[in-house]
Amino acid sequence: MHHSIEVHNLSFSYPDGHPALRGVSLTIAPGEKAAIVGPNGAGKSTLILHLNGILPVPIPQVWVAGQGQVTICGLPVEEKNLGRVRAAVGLVFQNPDDQLFSPTVYDDVAFGPLYQSLPSAEVEARVTAALAAVRMEPYARRVSHHLSSGEKKRIAIATVLSMQPEVLVLDEPTAGLDPRARRGLITLLRQMPITMLISSHDLAMVRELFPRMIIMDEGRIVADGPTLELLADENLLEDHGLEKP
Amino acid sequence: MHIHFLDPYRPRTSPVHALDPRVKLVLTLAYILTAALTPIAAWPVYILLFSIILSVEILSGLGVGFVLKRAALSLPFVLAALPVIFTNGGKALFSLPIGSWTLTVYAEGLGRFFSVALKSWLSVQAAIVLASSTPFPDLLQAMRAIRIPRLLVAIFGLMWRYLFVLVDEALRLMRARAARSGVIAETGHRSGGSVTWRAHVAGGMAGTLFLRAFDRSERIYLAMVSRGYDGEIRVLPMAAVGSLSWLVLGLGLFLLILLLLFGFFWG
Repeated sequence: MHHSIEVHNLSFSYPDGHPALRGVSLTIAPGEKAAIVGPNGAGKSTLILHLNGILPVPIPQVWVAGQGQVTICGLPVEEKNLGRVRAAVGLVFQNPDDQLFSPTVYDDVAFGPLYQSLPSAEVEARVTAALAAVRMEPYARRVSHHLSSGEKKRIAIATVLSMQPEVLVLDEPTAGLDPRARRGLITLLRQMPITMLISSHDLAMVRELFPRMIIMDEGRIVADGPTLELLADENLLEDHGLEKP
Repeated sequence: MHIHFLDPYRPRTSPVHALDPRVKLVLTLAYILTAALTPIAAWPVYILLFSIILSVEILSGLGVGFVLKRAALSLPFVLAALPVIFTNGGKALFSLPIGSWTLTVYAEGLGRFFSVALKSWLSVQAAIVLASSTPFPDLLQAMRAIRIPRLLVAIFGLMWRYLFVLVDEALRLMRARAARSGVIAETGHRSGGSVTWRAHVAGGMAGTLFLRAFDRSERIYLAMVSRGYDGEIRVLPMAAVGSLSWLVLGLGLFLLILLLLFGFFWG
């Protein structure tokens, strides 16, 4: 049995020379739900982009190549495995506007299955199931441009659910949502029986949903353990710019 | 994820970089005008024009290779002048039979074509040196200083500012597409979808990008109006042009006029 996500000694620098990740190691077991927390610029989003092989970009002048190894469900993340890794990891970007690039909601949710060249009946079934999972079935023919932030967020999650990934990775899922949309999203995430790794500043949600918490700061993992234990350590939270919820 | 590599400006410490942007802009425009006005097939003048731009390139520390590589961008546009070879009278060089047609190449047409190609190549080099040795905001100020209509300058400025934002936006859309381009491991199954479907997706992305740009322009305009924008972008006035800059400007223009006269005399 493989771990869902294995990150071994990962380092990465942006082209301006700023090191974003310095020797990060991390293992997520199947079925586990974990949250990465930490201040802005701690490297959370950079780490998440590595899980899908979006970083490092193979353009030498633009990016400084990373070091270390990321393995998803037993597959090393490298050029020849990218397609399969991307099918296994459903990555939901922080800004749903980045995620939704098609004219209608249906087109966006169907993109993943269509790219995998699945038969059209299967595509249809997956889109329906994904929209049902986020309770957005009536929105299939809507234009995503005109939806509210909360609606866009749900559609963004549906666009990766339709690929039936093994791991769901969300970058700051509750950022910018009003209390009702946030509550709805928390209920939604609670009901999903899938391995989940998120990054967030919303410690109240982390306490509610994620038994495991990983604190990152300045490109390093500074603490990794049960959420309730870490949240009880006020000195630790304060040292890394976090506030007890 | 940000895009910096589009900016043509290359910081160096050279006399060309240090020259007043207004003087540089005027001299560049004068150079391009001279190249455009020089009569057809005035080869010695072309060689002199080339030697001028070559010396500026060497002086600027940008590297001749750098400029020439970028100047290759102008080559595809030269193709537009290709029909000139066949459409002029004068001495026929040779004929190419194409099916029932015959294309005749004329000596004068050939000279004309090479003149156009050389002129555009030289002009593009001058523009590249200007853009690579002057930060864009300075260039905009210089445009205002030489009385280019402010609406035009404002459009240049906003285009420059938001081009990068738009490229970032496009990159994020492409990243989102890449993130969901999964492949099934089953043997014998080809992923990727059909070509028409992929074209359809790309079209959708272009449309999305257009809508976002449109929305953003509306928001930017409102943000500008709310800060008192009335159709003009005001900037602090530039310092007066120094005497050395005047001298460079005078000498440069004098040289270009001499070249032009020589060109007409030769032609």
